[in-house]
Amino acid sequence: MQRLVYVDNNATTQVDPLVFEAMRPLLVDRYGNPSSIHAFASSVAKDIEQAREQMASAIGAEHATEIIFTSSGTESDNTAIRSALASRAGRKRIVISRVEHPAILTMCRYLEREGITVTQLPVAVDGTLSLLDLREAMADDVAVVSLMAANNETGVLFPIEEAAAIAHEHGALFHTDAVQAVGKIALNMKTSNVDMLALSGHKIHAPKGIGALFVRRGRRFRPFMLGGHQERGRRGGTENVAGIVALGKAAQLCEQHLTEEQGRVRALRDRLEAGLLQVRGTRVNGHLEKRLPGTTNVSFKSVEGEAILLHLDEHGICASSGSACTSGSLEPSHVLRAMGVPFNYAHGSIRFSLGRFNSAGDVDHILAVMPGIIERLREISPFKAV
Amino acid sequence: MGWNYTDKVKEHFLNPKNVGRIEDADGIGEVGSIACGDALSLTIKVNKESGVIEDARFQTFGCGSAIASSSILTEMVKGMTIEEALKITNQDIAAALGGLPAEKMHCSVMGREALEAAVANYRGEQLVAHTDEDEGRVICYCFGITDAKIRRVVAENSLKTLEDVTNYTKAGGGCGACKDEIESILEEIRGTVKEVPAPPKPEKKKLSNLQRIAMIQEILDNEVRPMLQRDDGDLELLDIDGATVAIRLTGHCTGCRASGMTTMWIEEKLREIIDPDIRVEVHEEGL
Repeated sequence: MQRLVYVDNNATTQVDPLVFEAMRPLLVDRYGNPSSIHAFASSVAKDIEQAREQMASAIGAEHATEIIFTSSGTESDNTAIRSALASRAGRKRIVISRVEHPAILTMCRYLEREGITVTQLPVAVDGTLSLLDLREAMADDVAVVSLMAANNETGVLFPIEEAAAIAHEHGALFHTDAVQAVGKIALNMKTSNVDMLALSGHKIHAPKGIGALFVRRGRRFRPFMLGGHQERGRRGGTENVAGIVALGKAAQLCEQHLTEEQGRVRALRDRLEAGLLQVRGTRVNGHLEKRLPGTTNVSFKSVEGEAILLHLDEHGICASSGSACTSGSLEPSHVLRAMGVPFNYAHGSIRFSLGRFNSAGDVDHILAVMPGIIERLREISPFKAV
Repeated sequence: MGWNYTDKVKEHFLNPKNVGRIEDADGIGEVGSIACGDALSLTIKVNKESGVIEDARFQTFGCGSAIASSSILTEMVKGMTIEEALKITNQDIAAALGGLPAEKMHCSVMGREALEAAVANYRGEQLVAHTDEDEGRVICYCFGITDAKIRRVVAENSLKTLEDVTNYTKAGGGCGACKDEIESILEEIRGTVKEVPAPPKPEKKKLSNLQRIAMIQEILDNEVRPMLQRDDGDLELLDIDGATVAIRLTGHCTGCRASGMTTMWIEEKLREIIDPDIRVEVHEEGL
């Protein structure tokens, strides 16, 4: 069988075998509803609380009760924004960046129809955010500032602690979409200014369909999903018990793997990136240092991203692109456009996102085939490469 | 291979036929642009006596289906007379590939347009294939698609929905601001025109001449030039005389096939904010 090289870990990750083992009994044997009174089911509630402890610990949260389990990063983001608006009555403005994930962007676009004003902060050519821009945008009408901790396409990190402090100066809440950051960079909610933080299970080797929202103790919170008393009345709906247990285990593993992520995975990424830059007419999109350790976004001038991906796929390599043909819309990625990446580079952008299951052999394989793919596509292209 | 491509698409994508450019071509057809995300340059060699296309070559920037559509098109037209070749529709191109995913149909439309353009060029006709685009009213500013092109493609492919129109022409696939207008065109074609009263125009403030010049300069500097600079282009403001704004395009904008679009976009922007009578003139050289 052809070797599979999975370097699309920002899209989703392989469920860690240890995570699967942890969740398995909750699917097969111990299927009780944690709200039931009998012993068979109520023991499951303990597993949920253990997972909550594990999740809290991984992001350095002081109290396990600051974790609310949800269905996804998107639900967590939506909940945070809604809750902030509801608990900051009279404040009708949200401040976000132009490069937020659709979980935030689409929500905000929807809220505009409800009379909420949304201020979108620009980013620099390297994808970084200026705190001066945030300061300028702030006033006492802002209910919440929501900025991602790390960008999903470029891996660029935002200064969330400083941003949260600025938000607080104006009495606004601060939410961060940390879906891509958890497990890859150290987070310590105990000493942090952040009020709310969204994360997702399937980005950290838990299965799809589970997420969590951190809400700092003492912050007012309004539930988004209305229903039963689950999650202390903060999120209705019978708990995704197996998913929650999986997320807890995955969070615990993240703590163990953090040093590896910062060391071994970063070294793999750096070698891959250096090798790719040997191909002429290439550039890296995003700040080289203020970045996630496993992500690189490289543009190949005058070739189109989907065509590159299809060729990579032929070699068993799974990556993704910010090109128009793959962005779901017909325009290239909003992140690259916000950074001002020229069209002839934006259409040819490829994101490689590495993780704990990648090896040196994976990098070798990509570097062996990439120059040939680009050369072939450039032969076909009517535009010059350099 | 993903994206639900047929084996035929895969074959022509991985091993495209007739790649390149005929140096002494009799007809050249160039459509699309790098900004739009796909572009095709088709060159043909025609036997003057028999009118048979003896050779066809292509260069394409685009996704898998754009490359496959170009490749199969060159295979199809070789050996055909010009008249026969012109009968090839975008559906024929898609069919020859065993079908294309709906959202990729615009790739076949691009092939058909390149063919028309190459034939027009061979016959010495200027842009005959694209008169509809030149004369029509621009509906989709993201991709420069006119109502005339939308009507033509809708008719040729019996399109019914907004989604169809986007799949075949790309119109509406960018910011999406033109979706309502596309729906109106479709309703009109279906003969179910609903009279929608035009929204009241926002009152334009009366500006002094100085204010007006300052505002034009500001819009050009803050909104227009950064967009052009992203693609290594730029513009220079030469003069403002009454309602006429004279500019010169520089860098990559010079000679860019999309520069006509760019000018219309600038004009639209100025009209919207300052004065509906503004006219933008493009000068090749400084005044």
